[in-house]
Formats: sequence, C-alpha cells, structure tokens
Amino acid sequence: MSATGRRQRRGAGLALLAVPVVFLAIFFVWPVGTIFATGFAPDGDLELGVVGRVIGDPAVRSVAWFTLWQAAASTALTLLVGLPGAYALARMEFRGRSLLQAGVTIPFVLPTVVVGSAFLALLGPRSPINTALTTVLGDAAPTLDLRRTVVAILVAHVFFNYAVVVRTVGGLWSLLDPRLEDAARVLGASRWRAFREVSLPLLRPAIASAAAIVFLFTFTSFGVVLILGGPGRATIEVEIHRATTQLLDLPLASALAVLQLIAVLASLLVYGRLQRRAPTQPLVGATTTRRPPRSAGERWFLRGNLVVVAALLASPLLVLVERSLTTADGYGLANWRALLTDDRATVLAVPAGEAVRNSLLFGLSATLIALVVGGLAATAATSRDGRLSRIVDRGLMVPLGTSAVTIGFGFLIALDRPPLDLRGSPLLVPIAQALIATPFVVRTLLPVLRSIDERLRDAAAVLGASPRRIWREVDLPIVGRAALVAAGFSFAIAVGEFGATVFVARANLPTMPVAIFRLLGRPGVANFGQAMAMSTLLMVVTASAILAIDRLRVGQVGRF
Amino acid sequence: MPHGAPLELTGVTVTYGPYDAVRDLDLRANAGEVLCVLGPSGCGKSTLLRAVAGLEPSRTGTIRLDDRQLDGLRPDQRDVGLMFQDHALFPHRTVADNVAFGPRMRGLDRRSVADRVDDALRLVDLTDLAGRRITELSGGEQQRVALARAVAPRPKLLMLDEPLGSLDRALQARLLDDLTRVFSELGTTVLHVTHDQQEALAVADRVAVMRAGRVEQLGSPDELWRGPRTAFVARFLGLEHVVRLTVRDGVADSPWGPLAVPGTRDGDHDVVLLPEALRVIDAGEPRRDDELAVTGRIVGRRFAGDHLRVTVDPGTGPTLTVPVWRGSVPEPGSDLELALDPQAARILEPETTTRSTR
Amino acid sequence: MRMTRPIALIAALAMTLAACGDDVAEPDPDINDQVDDDGDEAIADEPDDATDDATVDEEPGDTVTLLTHDSFDVSEDVLDAFTDDTGIDVEVVPLGDAGTALNQTILTADAPQGDLLFGVDNTFLSRALDEDIFAAYESPALEDVDPDLILDDEHRATPIDRGDVCLNYDVAYFDDADVDVPDGLDDLTDPAYQGLLGVTNPATSSPGLAFLLATIETFGEDGYLDFWEQLVDNDVIVTDGWSEVYYDEFSATGEGDRPLVVSYASSPPAEVLFAEDELDEAPTGVIEASCFRQIEFVGILDGAENPVGAERLVDFMLSETFQEDIPLTMFVFPANQQAQLPEVFEEFAVLPDDPLEIDHEVIGERREEWIEAWTSTVLR
Repeated sequence: MSATGRRQRRGAGLALLAVPVVFLAIFFVWPVGTIFATGFAPDGDLELGVVGRVIGDPAVRSVAWFTLWQAAASTALTLLVGLPGAYALARMEFRGRSLLQAGVTIPFVLPTVVVGSAFLALLGPRSPINTALTTVLGDAAPTLDLRRTVVAILVAHVFFNYAVVVRTVGGLWSLLDPRLEDAARVLGASRWRAFREVSLPLLRPAIASAAAIVFLFTFTSFGVVLILGGPGRATIEVEIHRATTQLLDLPLASALAVLQLIAVLASLLVYGRLQRRAPTQPLVGATTTRRPPRSAGERWFLRGNLVVVAALLASPLLVLVERSLTTADGYGLANWRALLTDDRATVLAVPAGEAVRNSLLFGLSATLIALVVGGLAATAATSRDGRLSRIVDRGLMVPLGTSAVTIGFGFLIALDRPPLDLRGSPLLVPIAQALIATPFVVRTLLPVLRSIDERLRDAAAVLGASPRRIWREVDLPIVGRAALVAAGFSFAIAVGEFGATVFVARANLPTMPVAIFRLLGRPGVANFGQAMAMSTLLMVVTASAILAIDRLRVGQVGRF
Repeated sequence: MPHGAPLELTGVTVTYGPYDAVRDLDLRANAGEVLCVLGPSGCGKSTLLRAVAGLEPSRTGTIRLDDRQLDGLRPDQRDVGLMFQDHALFPHRTVADNVAFGPRMRGLDRRSVADRVDDALRLVDLTDLAGRRITELSGGEQQRVALARAVAPRPKLLMLDEPLGSLDRALQARLLDDLTRVFSELGTTVLHVTHDQQEALAVADRVAVMRAGRVEQLGSPDELWRGPRTAFVARFLGLEHVVRLTVRDGVADSPWGPLAVPGTRDGDHDVVLLPEALRVIDAGEPRRDDELAVTGRIVGRRFAGDHLRVTVDPGTGPTLTVPVWRGSVPEPGSDLELALDPQAARILEPETTTRSTR
Repeated sequence: MRMTRPIALIAALAMTLAACGDDVAEPDPDINDQVDDDGDEAIADEPDDATDDATVDEEPGDTVTLLTHDSFDVSEDVLDAFTDDTGIDVEVVPLGDAGTALNQTILTADAPQGDLLFGVDNTFLSRALDEDIFAAYESPALEDVDPDLILDDEHRATPIDRGDVCLNYDVAYFDDADVDVPDGLDDLTDPAYQGLLGVTNPATSSPGLAFLLATIETFGEDGYLDFWEQLVDNDVIVTDGWSEVYYDEFSATGEGDRPLVVSYASSPPAEVLFAEDELDEAPTGVIEASCFRQIEFVGILDGAENPVGAERLVDFMLSETFQEDIPLTMFVFPANQQAQLPEVFEEFAVLPDDPLEIDHEVIGERREEWIEAWTSTVLR
C-alpha cells in the first residue's frame, strides 16, 4: 500500500476513534465526573479534605484491606480451579465438550440477585453436603454452615469468574503447540515440571489477563458480598453503595469511588503491560491440539474437572431449576404456569412474556450500540496502533470496574438537562448495558482484526479498492463471524445485567433481572417460586445466546 | 562420548485416532547405528518415534532400549532424545537455556550443565549465538539449536523427526553434512525419520522403508538401491521406470524386446529398471551385445544443473528418462538412440499391504 | 380458559372484597358504587378546589410522574380509574429501595425526575423535610386519615399507609417446639430462644432500622445495646435485606431454620393470599409487642412539572379506591380510616393499636449514630 494510502487509513482511524471517545465521554466520564464534582465540591469550591479523612479512617482502611485480600484470594482460587478446567476444555476432546464450554459461561452473565439465594441453600445447614454427612455419620455429623463466611464469598467468586479463566487461558492454550511440552518431557521433565517450565511461562500473558480481570470483578464485588458475606463484611463497592443510597454522604461515596477507581486503573495498567509483553510464539490450529484423554491419569484429571464443574457451577444453577419446579405438593409446573399466565394487573407486576420481550429488545439495542462503539474502537485500534487507541481500548474497560451505583446516580444527575435530557428515557437502559458489554466486543474483535493478513488489504488496494471498499470486501467478511460472536456475548451480558439497569429501568419496561428482583421483594411462596422460574428462563435465554455463538467457533469470545 | 544402545521393537502397534498408525512392527537398531525410517507422510513414522519416546502409548508389543523395557515408563524416564519436526524450541528461552533444559532436568549441577551446553553448542557450531532469543534465529540456526538441545542430555538413543524438512536445498545439503559429522562424533544410536530418500541414503547405515504402519524393506542404502523389494520401495527411492511385464519361461516380454529374468515364475510381474540400465548411444558408438537397442523421439527435457534429464518416447511402452551429461543439447522432436542393459532390470515382489481401519 | 390458583384466589378475594361491603353498616348499600363515587368525588371535586386556590389559570398536564421505591404497587385498573376521571396518565418510576429512592430524589432535586415521591417513611422523613424537596399541599382527603399518622404540620408529606414492622413467627414450629412464642422483646435473650432469631441490617434495610428503633424504644438508649449484645450471644442472624431473612432464613417460608424473623404485620395475610392451597390459618404469626410503627408518605416535589396533576394524584392516593387496593398489592394498612380492609387482612392480619414509636425528628437526628453504635456492637 502506498504511503498516502496508509496516511489516509490513519486519518480514518482517528475519525473512527471519535465515536467511542464521545460515547465514553458522555456516558461514563461526564456522569462519574459529575458525581465526583458533587462529592468534592458541593458548593463549587474543591474540598479534597474528605479524601484524607477517608483514607485515615480505620474503618475504611479495614474495608479496603478486606476488599483487597478477598479479591486477591478470590483471584488466586479462581486460577487454581480454573486452570485445570482451561486445560481440560482446551486440550481434551470428549463428548459434550462444546456444550460444557458454553455451559461454564452461563454463571458469568447471570446477575447475583438470581444466584445468591441458590448459593445460600447450597452452603447452608440443609445443603446436600450436610444431608450426605448425616446419612453417613448419623446425627453426630457436624453441620457445615458456610453462609455469611468469607468462604461463601470466595466460592461464589469462583463460580462467577471460572469462565474468565477457562476462556482466556484456554483460548491461548488450545493454540499452543503441544509438542513444546512433549519436547520438555522427552528432555526429562516430569509432567508438572514441563507445565511449570514451558506451558506456564507461555500462558503467562493469558493468565495475567485473566487474573487482572477476575481481580477487577472481585475487587468491585457487590451482590455476592452483600448476600453471601453477611452484614459484617463489606467491600469498597458495598460502602459506596451504602454511602450513596443510605447515608446520602456523597463526599464519602466519591472518596471511596476514587479509591476504588485507582485500584481498578492500576490493575488495568498491569493488564496492559502484560498484554504488550506477550512473546510471539508459534500458534497452531485449535482442532489439532485437542485429543481424547489417553492415559488413566488423564481420564481421572478430566473426571476431576467435571466434578468441579458439576459441584461448583452446575449445582447452584440446578437449585434454581429445582426450586422453580417445587410446589407445595412436590414437583410440578405450577410456578411456571403462574409465571406464564398470571396477569395480576398491577402496575409493577411483570407478565413473564413482557419481561422477556423487554429484555430481548433492550438486549438487542445494547448489542447494537456495543457493536458500533466497540467495533469502531477495535477497527481504529488495528489501523492505528498508537497510544491513543490503546488508551481508548483500556478506557472502555474502566466502566467494568466502576461502581454501578456511581454510574447509575451519575446518569441521573448528569444527563438531566438539555441538550442531553435523558430523564425517563428508555434509551438509558441499553446505554448502561452497552457500557458493560462494549469491552467484550473490543476484546473479541481486536484479535481477529489484527490477524487479517495486511497483504490481503494491499492486494485489494492494488486491484483498485478504496479504503472503504477494502473494509467492506476484505475486513467485513472475515470479521463478520467474530462480530456475530461479539453480538451474542454482548447480548447475553446485556440480558443478564442488573446493577446498572436497576437504576435506570422504567416501571413499565422491566427486564428479566428486574422482574426477578421485584418478585423476590414480595412475601408469599408463590412469588418466590415464580422468581425461580423467571431465573430459570433468564438462564435459558443467556445460555442459548452463548451456545449459539460457541457454535460459530471463533474461539475468542470472553477472552481478555 | 558414550556409545549408543541397541533399540529393539517387537510387534509394536500404536493406535492414533481410528487408525493403527503403526502395525505389528518389528525393528532393531544396533548400538551406534544410524537407522533411517523412510516413508511418505502419514505412513506412521512420526508416530513410531513418539511411541519410542513415550508420547504415544503402544497398544501391543514391546520396546527395549539397551535391554531395558521402556513400555510403561514415562517420557522423562526413558533416556531418549527427540528432535521434533519444526523443532518445537521453547520460544520464551534463549538458545543456551533451550540447550540447558535437558541437562537441568537430569539434575546436573550448574557447572556440568554449562559444560554440556558448551559442548552441544560447539558440536553444532553455534557457540556465538548462546544468548540469542529463539525468535531471532534463522531456520538453519533453529535446526542446529534443536539438534544441540536433543543431544545435550547425552541420550542413549537420538531420534530425529524430519530434521531438514522446512529448510531450503542449499541449507539441507550443508546440514546433511553436519548431521553425518555429528552422528559419527557422538557415536550414539540414531533413529532418523524422513520422507526424503536422498537424505536417508546419505546419512543412514541402514534404511527402513515404511508404509502404512509397517516396514516394507530394511537394508543398507546400497542394498535398497540395488534391490528394491517392491514397486512402492522402488518408486519411493526415486526409481522412475517401473513397468508391469508378463514373464514366460524365464523371459519377460518387454516393449523393448525380451528381457532375461531367470528363475522367475510365469505370470505378470512388476519390473524396475535401475538407473544404470539406460544410457545414450552416440552416433557410431558401439552397443554391447547383451544390450537392447531402443530408439525414440525426444518429448521433453529438464535442466538439472550439471546434466539434462531427457524424456524419450520409444513408440511402444512407457516413456523413458535418461541423463545426458554432454554439451550437445538434443532438440525436442529429434530422435535419440538408447541402450538398455537387461542385467539392471529387477523383478519386484507383488504388493499386498493396504491401510486397514480398526 | 383454566385459571391457576393464584388467579382464582385473587378473583375470589376481589369478589369477597366486593361482597364485604354488604356486611358493613354504612349509609351506602353498595360498596362498589360507594368506592367509585368517593373516588370520583375526590378526583372531580377536590383538585378543582385546589386549582382554584393555588394556580387559577393552570391546567394539569397530561402526565404525572410518580417516583417511588421498588415495593410500590397498585392495580392497573385503579390507576386507569384515575386516568379516566382526570385525563391524566400516571407514570410510575421505581428507583430502588426506599433509601435509594429518597437519596436519588434529593440528588436530582434541581431537575426532578418526576412530580411526586412516594415511599418516604417516618424513619427517613426528617431527611426529606430537611432537604426541602417537598412542596406543601394539604389534601382535603386528609380528614379521613388517622390524625396520628400526620407527622408534618406543614403537610409537605402526606401519609398514605401504615406498614408496621413486627417479628413474625413460624406457627408450625412453635406448635411442635417446647418453647412458647415469645411475648415480647426481652424474651428473646432467653437461652431457650438461642439460634431462633433472624433480623436485618438497619444500615441497609428499612425493616431492620424499624426493628432497631423498636429495641431502642423498648429498652431505652441506655439499654438497647446491652440487649443486642445478649442477642448476639444468643446467636442472632443478621442479613442485609428483607428478602434474604424472609426467604433464606425463615423456617416458615423457605429452607431456612429460624422460626423468628423481622418482617411486617401484613406478612401473614400475604402468606395466605399467595399460598398454593387454600389455608384456614396463616402459617405465620405476628408478635405484637415487637411492632414498630412505619408510616409511608407521599410528597409533591418542589419544582415538579405538573404540580396540579400531582395534587390530584395525592388526593386520589388517599381515596378509598386506592386505599382499598394497596393492602393486597403492597401489603400495608390504609391510612384512610374509611377504607375497608380485604377479608384476608381482617382475618389474618394483626395491626397493633399502640405500636412502638419514636418521634421522626429524633430519629432524624440520631439515626446515623444509632446505626453506627449497633454496627459496632453487633457486626464488629
């Protein structure tokens, strides 16, 4: 391609970057900035004294310490459980593998409000573990009650983030030449030594990415800590929520939010560094590296992983299904019939069909926004690999680690006057969801866009195609499938999003998670049963989206 | 340098996916011998190496190295070296670190590891590149690092899987010399796998031609070259002239005249003409009495560096290709006179083996 | 069409509700008509007066936006009745839990998200009044309201319902157990009740705050922390929200194992209403001595776009049409004394005449301090 052509493409890249930059500025920086401005300069004068006060407060320090160590512990535990799973799914071929790969992603897109109570049931005194203990040991059996413990928080964090490790690390693992480990084995390394000395260093960028993302998610954990940790434990995010929604102490909330944001930016910085240091290495086709387990040891390893998945990931989901089928007279479909036919004709009662429809509509709109914003950001990043696009790329990830309540309140305070008066606008829901889904789009598209052979574009240019034509004729067909995958994943995330949605959702347009939340907010066994049925429905919708995209086998979705 | 150990495979079957990639295979490499396994891709030769290395389990049979049974041992317990196709070098380590890997795994102290690395790098003439990253090396350099890495732990058996596969011809020729030198310096037993007959014939003490999981023929390069057992072996060694002829009373009825094949039973047989069977007769040059005269029109010629390969259509039977070494260039369309030596025709055994699915 | 049980139940209840009226010795023989008439009256007449009084030339806008908490609910046809009568559409906007809804409204006071805010209770009333987010409006319909419920003399906040917070107990558990249902709060420290009580965090849950206030009122500022210390020794369980304690800990409703939890006076009738089989007796009961009065208010927002429509909606919310609907949609007791309680409430609900109470201004001044002290005692 000629020098002018390249320059044109750079110019185009800069123009493409404008959309994500403006999106981020209006819907993230401006709202969060407004909250900070209100918090730090309530009367127009900057008062940063509160930051010092907050940092010096021993109670805040203990919350910050807890936030930090539980996030570190959760991350370590998720890696510990997830890495063998990543290996099994990336390297072993067995029946149901692709189904399982889709299945482990379901928890990641489910809202905590749905799964929290299932976890309580599994960790409480009447859990299957305790039933088993009593059966074996009789009445003398100790009762294991993990509710309101750190263990419960850690287990739930592993549940939600297992897929991040499996997808991010497994994605690279499946492309790693298996003969490298073979070589190490023949040179005299034991299996473990070969992993430690060869695969581990090569996987390090993926492991570090996964760790940074899991850390990001668990550091800002809210629902899990509230529901499972009990009232004695709080993360910074929980304290921000409390300061904002209960105490109306915006200076405190802002100071805490800044504290959290610093931690989030730091972990993103680490993530970015590690991404750039990724060694170039020979990668091979994923299908060639997978094979059925060969030795007895490998078969046991696979079984062990399946047990972990069943116990840790499947059982909470099954509890939801089981409860949706539980009625006063044993198992039945009463909850489902009630959910699907009950028209209670009150303002906030949500007919199931309507919630599903709203979720689908909002999900699709959010997907569209995320695809446009994320697609442009990814395209700009490939045609212009300068600092700016890297900053935008990372910038788009910051909302993932920002307190939902800060964003939610920020939306309400900042977007309330012309020219951007979005008060009561149903648009806020897909925008909030897109804010969360966009980074996933970028992460899915970027590697595919980068992998397009530059010579293809050059060939098209030599044959007389304009830059736009090149994009349409070369990039688009190749990226099309990846875009579909990104769309499916964004959709699943948008449908399951709760934290930000609940702040901006309108009464007449509730989504499925909001409907579940409302049903759980009322007394009565029937309401609870219907909430469980709705949760199951939500699971089915998100699982379908995930399964559909896994069929496309682009293999990058959910990777960081 | 330690001497190699004898390797003995008895009735080995290795299953790979739905196929038996190696079927009931018997093979013995003597101590210090360079044994080449030659065969087309997919014949099971790489699987054979992986089975000996312990990377694939063998379904039946036994593998013994130095009278030690290897079956059931893990790869790291077998004391063999394997140089992978495309090298499989550790991309995150330097040249020296790659080479040091094996000695380290054997628990050698730091000093001995360094000595081994020096020795191995000197052997392949790469001492200068010790600190380089793998990604900064050329293909030939990578190949030599892979060789150094494989020999550094001083295994009793060194196995090489298509070691020259991805290199250009000039490099191949140079590295071929290197390999021969290294093999003789090390004195270890070598199991060398390739699909390139020149490579095999150049380095091997003995060559095993492998087809569909079995050894089709085993012998020294000269034995193979002079007496290919089947049409498959003949073709794979690069012998172009294989024809099916009818034999009656010890005489084969060929398009070029009767060929004496004493002791051959009547019926259809594949017959191969060894390269020395054909030569060009210049005008006026005498022809031996036992030679058959074949005249044909030149239909093609190919430049092959120091000679030309000229293809002649004798009118009956298949075309024949002969080397022409002299300066006068025969023009396509003109006639060429050949002499065919019946002594250099070999009767081949019938082929029966085909790949079977389990 | 086959009706499922809850629908059938609701239909039956609606009919009983209608039939109920016949038994009541009121001047008007048909309760349905009466409800409608009253509704009409309230809507047709009073707002007109208000309009005449305040803003003579102002017509109410087409839509009035009601901000509220997530637990708000009302039958669709009740709101339709308001729209039919006034031509004003009501948009309901839930803003999260009660505290969130109030704080969000305070933070957006410059450009309000709606015209009214419903759901501020007496434990948070002083914050709303201190922040001056409400405009005063004295609804004529207040004359039917229990005067005890009117806490703001300037009528910036209008009481709509009572939803007292009480300890609920599992009837079946105490039928079988050796211990009796506790009579009052002080019984709870008895070792006999060890491991039986579940409460919610006053910092994050409104019933939790009400229950804390109940203990402060009962044991005094000097005694309540001792009481809580003893509860901790007696293995009390604390959850962050009501649905966790009610569904995950309460033995009567879920898989929990606590027969005593903090909930509402209206929870027993809700259990009957939403039971899968028809019940003669509520599966849960209320300990009257533990009840703390919770009153929910509505207020017109200062700077509302449709203040006239908002006033009409306040009047309507006090009308019997609305007031008789909310027991079954929000599980609260109506503020309007003329409103008829649904049968399931008459039969299964207990509304203590003299619940525990603390002045809302005192609550406003001390709330954070009390919560902080409680947190230090119970959680740390």
